Amino acid sequence: MTIEIQNISKKYGNFQALHDINLHIPSGELVALLGPSGSGKTTLLRMIAGLESVEDGIILVDNENVASLHINQRDVGFVFQHYALFKHLTVFDNIAFGLQVRPKHKRPSAQTIAAKVDELLALVKLEGFAKRYPAQLSGGQRQRVALARALAVEPKILLLDEPFGALDAKVRKELRRWLRKLHNDIHVTTLFVTHDQEEALDVADRIVIMNKGKVEQVGAPAEVYESPVSPFVYDFLGNVNLFRGRVIDGQFSFSNQAETTNEAVGYVRPHHIKIEREKTSDAVISATITFIHTIGPIWHIEMRRDDDTYIEVELNKEEFLLLNLQVGENVYVSPKEMKVFIPEDFSI
Amino acid sequence: MREHKGIKLALIFTMYGYIILFLLVPLLFIFTKALEQGVAVYLAAILDEEARSAIRLTLLVTAITVPLNTLFGISAAWAITKFDFKGKQLLLSLIELPFAVSPVIAGLMFILFFSPSGVLGTVITDFGLRIIFSVPGIVLATMFVTLPFVARELIPVMEAQGRAEEEAAISLGANGFQMFKRVTLPAIKWGLLYGVILCSARAVGEFGAVSIVSGRIRGMTNTMPLHIEILYNEYQFAAAFAVASLMSLLAVITLFIKVWIEHRTHTSTR
Ligand SMILES: Nc1ncnc2c1ncn2[C@@H]1O[C@H](COP(=O)(O)OP(=O)(O)O)[C@@H](O)[C@H]1O
Ligand SMILES: [Mg+2]
Repeated sequence: MTIEIQNISKKYGNFQALHDINLHIPSGELVALLGPSGSGKTTLLRMIAGLESVEDGIILVDNENVASLHINQRDVGFVFQHYALFKHLTVFDNIAFGLQVRPKHKRPSAQTIAAKVDELLALVKLEGFAKRYPAQLSGGQRQRVALARALAVEPKILLLDEPFGALDAKVRKELRRWLRKLHNDIHVTTLFVTHDQEEALDVADRIVIMNKGKVEQVGAPAEVYESPVSPFVYDFLGNVNLFRGRVIDGQFSFSNQAETTNEAVGYVRPHHIKIEREKTSDAVISATITFIHTIGPIWHIEMRRDDDTYIEVELNKEEFLLLNLQVGENVYVSPKEMKVFIPEDFSI
Repeated sequence: MREHKGIKLALIFTMYGYIILFLLVPLLFIFTKALEQGVAVYLAAILDEEARSAIRLTLLVTAITVPLNTLFGISAAWAITKFDFKGKQLLLSLIELPFAVSPVIAGLMFILFFSPSGVLGTVITDFGLRIIFSVPGIVLATMFVTLPFVARELIPVMEAQGRAEEEAAISLGANGFQMFKRVTLPAIKWGLLYGVILCSARAVGEFGAVSIVSGRIRGMTNTMPLHIEILYNEYQFAAAFAVASLMSLLAVITLFIKVWIEHRTHTSTR
């Protein structure tokens, strides 16, 4: 089922939470809505679910206008940020809820409901937990109950608000892989909100990057990571070094002082920086190594430029051992890959 | 806090002494006084025609005011905790108003409004209605005085519950009634029951506002507290205390239910 969002804006009083959002989400995809806190992700998700009114623009789910349907007839599975499980109901009754509240003529028999719940418990790997209450579950288990509850009504689309936000790092990683696998099996169009770029890059078929109520970029993970369209996206998707400079005849060159004309900023990822001991050309930058540390297989080298700005470089083990760098050494760096943005389009 | 052990003990003893002296002893005194002249007098006082009428009226007033204020309390608490709107703070303060206003003033207010010479008096007499010195006035005064109880108990409970569970219910296809019955009510039921108990206790015992609007027509507009006062003023002490003991018994039962509810909410907050 596709989701089509056309010219959606949302105001809370005088505050513009969403500005003219246009988005097409193809059927069966797993899409991440990625952006910093306050960028309007939850608002957009809630509008798609019908939990927030649509005043400007149109949202179509499966070619049906969401605004024209009553909120409880939209067939949307929504997983809330803090799960919102019914505290006084068992896991079984939580999952069965959506089926039990159906009007009599559409309600499955008690046996059918029980069978369905068992099936879902197996799907989310919580067999044997049916009689527990939410308070007797771990965060990851609650998360899966919330998902099973949303899936019980066989929704056309699945919306998840920061599904792994409240979990610790290890469980987070496990669960997101599991979600990916689950999605491969059931293939319901899924939109999940996250502020964690790693999570989005890791699981999603497609990433929608939001900032200040606007969509900055939409694309496959590799696409948005490799070719960010704006400084914001570049910055948000990973660590980055900024190099001031100027563009003359389409050529970027470094400069230390603030430029009055043709000012530009080069964006370079830490692993796209080459380190040399000898000055091989004029297009290199001199810097002094201030700090070296390692996390797993990656070496992080921090260095200070002559103008007191810092550069962060990442090397793998071989590169590092080959260079044998020491703190206090003077080296020359140059970008292997760089993306240049002219300050006019700055939106950070 | 070992060095404060002495202070702690002294405080506990003072507290118990205080409660025994000012609460339990007088309560026991009511019962002894009521039975002073024997069981026959006690029963006669309670079964007396006027006493029975007062009991009936008190029960009637309670049966009308408590459900209405419960309904109001749920609606008000719901509106205040689940929606954002202008004037929310004002509504909150207004709900508390009956606590701030002396019941006597509340009674006078109704007199001012509904008595034949009052603001709405002519309109009401034109319709042939009687509010002051009759049951409707007593109901109104009691409603005013007991209005805050249910809402005040529910607001913090509903605030703590938030909106997410209800939104989840709706997104799963529940209609408003199903949502209330299956999600909202179970979460607030103990708070609600507690509010209803407090509201009932006050409705039964209200004296000040009711004494002003009732007119104390014997056998007609006398509630239990008013009846007790009349008996007392007529030096029928045994009878006064007999009816008073009945009310005290009600209060004690209320207290037990309250303790039981508190115990239940404690054990059911998993
Ligand atoms: N009900 C509301 N009333 C007023 N402002 C709101 C409301 N909901 C969200 N906002 C504001 O809209 C902006 C976007 O919020 P949200 O969609 O929750 O962001 P995100 O989920 O990306 O962190 C925030 O600045 C937030 O303060
Ligand atoms: Mg959010």
